[in-house]
Amino acid sequence: MIQPAADIPVWAAIAVAFFLLVGSGLALIGAIGFLRLPTFYERIHAPTLGTSWGIGGVMLASMIFFTVSSGRLVFHEILIGIFVTVTTPITFMLLARAALHRDRAEGNGNVPDKQNKSQVATDVLVGSGSRDV
Amino acid sequence: MSAIILFTAVSIAQLMLAAAMAIASVRMFRGPRAQDRIIGLDTLYINAMLLLVTFGIGTGQVIYFESALVIGMLGFVATVALAKFLMRGEVIE
Amino acid sequence: MLPYPLLTLSLILMWLLLNGFTPGHLVLGILVAVFASWAMASLRPDRPRFAKWYLLPKLFGIVLYDIVKSNIAVALIILKIGRRSHNPGFLTVELDIENHVAVAVLAVVLTSTPGSAWLEYDSNDRTVLLHVLDLDNEAQWRDMIKNRYEKLLMEIFA
Repeated sequence: MIQPAADIPVWAAIAVAFFLLVGSGLALIGAIGFLRLPTFYERIHAPTLGTSWGIGGVMLASMIFFTVSSGRLVFHEILIGIFVTVTTPITFMLLARAALHRDRAEGNGNVPDKQNKSQVATDVLVGSGSRDV
Repeated sequence: MSAIILFTAVSIAQLMLAAAMAIASVRMFRGPRAQDRIIGLDTLYINAMLLLVTFGIGTGQVIYFESALVIGMLGFVATVALAKFLMRGEVIE
Repeated sequence: MLPYPLLTLSLILMWLLLNGFTPGHLVLGILVAVFASWAMASLRPDRPRFAKWYLLPKLFGIVLYDIVKSNIAVALIILKIGRRSHNPGFLTVELDIENHVAVAVLAVVLTSTPGSAWLEYDSNDRTVLLHVLDLDNEAQWRDMIKNRYEKLLMEIFA
């Protein structure tokens, strides 16, 4: 299984192993925090460990490995890194807004109210649609 | 020497990522509300993407990179659609 | 001719990264990128206007450093839940920047650093609602957002 890797020098193997373990360790810690933190708004912080340096570590490891083993510069993994870094905040913002909206519509939890009165009124009118999902 | 280091590191990393996927799916099944389940799904596919990249390092094949890219893009669209559904109750207005 | 040079350039780069660098793919990539940027022009999004674009690497470095720092902080918090209780909380910050691109960049930066999440932006009174995992020192968070990021963003985007 590991046949093509045999010809890379030891320093590169150590670097690859280091970044790989840091990245996957951060992803695991993020998942553990995601399971153990008590409220939704705290849980939203945990997976960003995996999506910031979790992804970064694994991508760096992959870039070093393929660059050294193939003898030419390989850095297309950076596309995944850029893509995930740009898209994860969007999904989290949308989810957090949806969660805020639902919590406000149901009046549970201690979420801060909107300052703007007119928007609250429309939210109460619109927000009764998606309750018991 | 370097083969042993790489093999050990890749195996440990795969175990940790598999554990992360298991934990994310626990939250996905248990999650008290729909938004918890959606973030669980999001974490699940990001860890699956990382697992595919480590498979690529383990086997030395570039093909895993492309499947990881596809998982990332599809997962993003899925999560955005689900979040939009939670917000409005429909995906396409 | 080229409405969005930055977009065109990054599309060409992405095409070459995905397909490998050969002259044929360079030509094909340029064709695809030019047509894609024309398609983008017909959607008429706001064009980002840079005032001091040479400050972008500085912002990038600061953000990278902060992400490493907050990664360590959040990992420690998660690993010692129960022993030491952290102090999560909501935080409302009034922003001075108006440029949409700058606000979007600030949102991406704050959300992708673990420990702070951007929840909601109100464009009427330009306030943003954040959730912070460890709100020990509220003034310090405010100061970091206002002085560390916002000043730099105001200089970069005109």
